[in-house]
Amino acid sequence: MNARSVPPIRPYDTASLSELVDRLQDAFGAGVVEETTLPPHQPELPVLTVPRERLVDVVRWLKEAPDYGMDFLNDLHAVDRKTHLEVLYVLQSHRTGRMLGLRVKTDRPGGSVPSLVPLYPTADWHEREAYDLFGIRFEGHPNLRRILLPDDWVGHPMLKDYAPYDEGG
Amino acid sequence: MEMTVGLRPEAIDLGLEGVAAEEAELLKRNVLFSRLEELKAWARSNSLWPLTFGLACCAIEMMGTSGSHYDADRFGVFFRASPRQADVMIVSGTVTKKMAPILRRLYDQMAEPRWVIAMGSCATAGGPYVRSYSVVKGVDQIVPVDVYIPGCPPTPVALIYGIQKLQAKIRTEARTGRRVKDDERPLRAADSAV
Repeated sequence: MNARSVPPIRPYDTASLSELVDRLQDAFGAGVVEETTLPPHQPELPVLTVPRERLVDVVRWLKEAPDYGMDFLNDLHAVDRKTHLEVLYVLQSHRTGRMLGLRVKTDRPGGSVPSLVPLYPTADWHEREAYDLFGIRFEGHPNLRRILLPDDWVGHPMLKDYAPYDEGG
Repeated sequence: MEMTVGLRPEAIDLGLEGVAAEEAELLKRNVLFSRLEELKAWARSNSLWPLTFGLACCAIEMMGTSGSHYDADRFGVFFRASPRQADVMIVSGTVTKKMAPILRRLYDQMAEPRWVIAMGSCATAGGPYVRSYSVVKGVDQIVPVDVYIPGCPPTPVALIYGIQKLQAKIRTEARTGRRVKDDERPLRAADSAV
């Protein structure tokens, strides 16, 4: 394996995950990780739930910490849980072979989440899509317009209670 | 221009004066009489130039139809890339609400007479996306459709059958002078009431 190749994705175990959680809590306080899940079928992608006020700090720390080095925003999902909206970020490092999921919760409808565009330019279109389909407002996004639907679309169709404007409900 | 139906050759001066009798008979046998509308329909139905409107997997079958194996050129079907040069719009695929105004504009840009073939379930009625928020439930909500071809997707043979149905419709409308249109066809209930 030469120096430029991407290392394989490494799975976490209980020890390595709790080490990560401990270091995050050392850096940002005990409340920074609200919930930790390590899916048994997908041990390379644990998911940490973080408060949305701390999201940008946590992501910046993960990006800059040398032994994590999350230099790549792999994916960005949004979920409507009916009581609240969730945004799930999948971070990945091309240097250390680590992946990590971060989950933030926000109000529905129309809750806000801080934008990750300053850290990852690729978040631009992902966040526009999440805004388009779920109505999540990404604070600090440079150009938060619809990206898939027409500009004059009414509503955000991936919400569970979405009613089509043009089909009589 | 309305011409008399069933015009007999004897009623028209063919200018046969001075022509030998047997040659005059031959000439009479070789003069065909038709109505201008039927002549136009004959020409139009045999040179239907479709506007390529491939939107989804149906477009693959439409391309296959014009390929060498099925060879739609046999029927005078030459695909055009401009609505100004097209006679028939073959809507082959899923029409989204975002695409709908563009489809309507292209239809408006086609010169009359113009026809529309709705190819496949999506263009006919929304298809498997009928519960979707983004898909138009049938292209006939935007443009008047002449022929619906079921299938998901229809085979090239089905598309050729639909094209032939459209040809027959053009000729029938010219022959009878009636428009074969959904909105002008009497309802079944009204029929039975008479």
